[in-house]
Amino acid sequence: MLSGFALQYDFPMITELGHYALILAFGVAIVQMIIPMVGAHRGNAGWMAMAVPAASVQFILVAGSFAALTWAFVTSDFSLRLVYANSHTDKPMIYKISGVWGNHEGSMLLWVLILALFGACAAWFGGGLPDRLRARVLAVQASISVAFYAFILFTSNPFLRLAVPPLNGRDLNPLLQDPGLAFHPPFLYLGYVGLSMAFSFAIAALIEGRVDAAWGRWVRPWTLAAWMFLTVGIALGSWWAYYELGWGGFWFWDPVENASFMPWLISAALLHSAIVVEKREALKSWTILLAILAFGFSLLGAFIVRSGVLTSVHAFANDPERGMLILIILAVFLGGALTLFAARAGAMEAKGVFSVVSRESALVLNNILLAVSAFVVFIGTIWPLVAEVLFGRTLSVGPPFFDAAFTPFMVALAIVLPLGSVIAWKRGTLERASKSLGMWLLLAVALAGLAFAIQSGKSALGPVGVALGVWVVGGALADLWMRSGREGWTVRLRRISRLPRADWGKATAHIGMGVTIFGIAAMLAWQKEDIRVADIGDRWEVGQFGFGLEDVERLQGPNYVTTLATMSVWQGDRQIATLKPEKRFYPVANMPTTEAAIRNGILRDIYVVIGDPQDAGGFAVRVYVKPFANWIWGGAILMALGGCFSLSDRRLRVGAAAAKRTNAVPAE
Amino acid sequence: MRQLLILLAFLATPLWAVEPSEMLDDPALEERARAVSQGLRCPVCQNESIDESNATLAKELRIVLRERIVAGDSDQEAVDYIVSRYGEFVLLRPDAQGANLILWLAAPALFLMALGVGWTVIRRRKPAEEGLTAEEKAELDEILRS
Repeated sequence: MLSGFALQYDFPMITELGHYALILAFGVAIVQMIIPMVGAHRGNAGWMAMAVPAASVQFILVAGSFAALTWAFVTSDFSLRLVYANSHTDKPMIYKISGVWGNHEGSMLLWVLILALFGACAAWFGGGLPDRLRARVLAVQASISVAFYAFILFTSNPFLRLAVPPLNGRDLNPLLQDPGLAFHPPFLYLGYVGLSMAFSFAIAALIEGRVDAAWGRWVRPWTLAAWMFLTVGIALGSWWAYYELGWGGFWFWDPVENASFMPWLISAALLHSAIVVEKREALKSWTILLAILAFGFSLLGAFIVRSGVLTSVHAFANDPERGMLILIILAVFLGGALTLFAARAGAMEAKGVFSVVSRESALVLNNILLAVSAFVVFIGTIWPLVAEVLFGRTLSVGPPFFDAAFTPFMVALAIVLPLGSVIAWKRGTLERASKSLGMWLLLAVALAGLAFAIQSGKSALGPVGVALGVWVVGGALADLWMRSGREGWTVRLRRISRLPRADWGKATAHIGMGVTIFGIAAMLAWQKEDIRVADIGDRWEVGQFGFGLEDVERLQGPNYVTTLATMSVWQGDRQIATLKPEKRFYPVANMPTTEAAIRNGILRDIYVVIGDPQDAGGFAVRVYVKPFANWIWGGAILMALGGCFSLSDRRLRVGAAAAKRTNAVPAE
Repeated sequence: MRQLLILLAFLATPLWAVEPSEMLDDPALEERARAVSQGLRCPVCQNESIDESNATLAKELRIVLRERIVAGDSDQEAVDYIVSRYGEFVLLRPDAQGANLILWLAAPALFLMALGVGWTVIRRRKPAEEGLTAEEKAELDEILRS
């Protein structure tokens, strides 16, 4: 720490430079918002060309500003109010750094940093874009930045100083220090803010009054990247909840979770409809609308998280004033965009026509299902507010509602997904699709029947999950197989290995979807729970496993006292694991925490939690056997990986449009 | 930001939920009680069911609920008993009555509407299938000329 203070002493100006850089970035963004837009309108090439260096400079300035704030956290400069309130000299370095975005002001700075980063990427890699379109995209992107710079500088300035710097920071929250959570927010922000790029492209296209196949190809990589980041961010949060909260829940339908889930659903729809624009020049105005809505939901998420209007488990930093300002930003951008859309969307003539049975129609159905499921989440999230304001009813909308109202649409999506993914463009036949998928349908039904026969209860959840999982995964495999022609095995396998990466991405992401659906259904249907009071030396059985409480010790940790249990896990006569769950108490923070011990497995997780000593002797002990739990996040990883494959396809690479050589695509 | 939100909130009320001492001896009744309590919101907490919550009130409600079930109440009667005291706010699954019909029916209605619109748009476009529009013809001629 001493060196930290010494460095701080050497460079006392860094904070002020960071503050100044942020103000400069604000100014550059204003210029970038106006000049290229006017230039594009007047056809002035010089004015349009300004957008590129402006985007670069803006990014460099805001990056410098972010670096300065990070420096203040790294060196524990408690003369900054933000650092004082959110850091402590004893925090490990990595959590000092994650502390930068672990608060409102810092996270907003991360938000504008990512906004500027995406803008700069569009400037650097957008060489293939027409000048006019690029100028307009960057101008719209800058206008979003301007709104958020103003928001930060006037209401949430991270660079405010304290007159008398305290000796140490306030926050020594040990639980804030978790790798799963340290990287959960940046991923989510990359996703939320990444959707701003699709928004900017949509607005630019509306101003131009022109959407073509090339536009579809340009907008897709940004959406794909944003969607991947959202996938990873949501999965990280869910995984953290699973291992940290002490009972293995992984999704709570909480408003703040929903805030990240809605943009995910809409951006998934956008990804698919942009394919139709790219390949068939249809669904143009719908795709534009989705691009607007996707970012609209991101802003709505920011509003929900920061305003505290909706009661959430997560809500604590409720600031109605800031919430109101975000609501104004939301209203201006969404309202303006939708007005522009209403005025201009009619001009987007669709070129490609297609029959009712076709890939296009299947993707329309995909879009309807995804958009309606996003709407379910939306109405469930805001209903308590609506009901109170309009009908004077104070009510709650919780997991039972979402489970009942959301699931049917996901089931329908999973049912049509394999059919849609193998059907031909323009005009397809169901016979061809059913020929290639028939085997998988039989297998799905057979395995579901088997699962129903094996399982103990009469619940349909597990078997349905099996059927859908097998069907979706099988459909993705059948899709790859269909593309390999009609020759022998070896030829076909070789061809599959040479398919374009976009095809691999599609298959991988769809497989991931099937795996996640199966994991969720299987875990919810077949998990076993046991809550009991156990004495040291007790043995009991849960499902096919035996458990023993071997020992309970009271130990002193670095800054907590812990009740550390030693539990043995048995399968028959064989001991398969020793688990050490803890219940900790942090005296400084006056907080008890549970540290579950989890034995991860491909087929099941064994999850044990130790609780309080009981008055009559013994300890409260919880044991869960959670089959296929890891498949939930494994599927999410596959989905994100599929996105990576697609993104690396040369056809999608920004600026690769000019490249002549493409991978050999087998005749379809 | 979110990490802080989540943490502080959960730290304030670590999920510890139903305790062994509260549980009923009859596994069938206990299972019913668990299922019912997962659908009831803890009135003093932030969006948690009484089954998950660590609050004193949640614990009391869990015990009251079990007493009703042991006394022979059906699940619905037990829920009604608690709703009569704390209002519909405690229902995590809102009743499909009155204005709540909008909540329950809006999405299915939207879905059917979207299907209808999609269907008609795709069908209507079909006749115009082959051939080029006048505009496209002009464009094509121009390209061919140049």
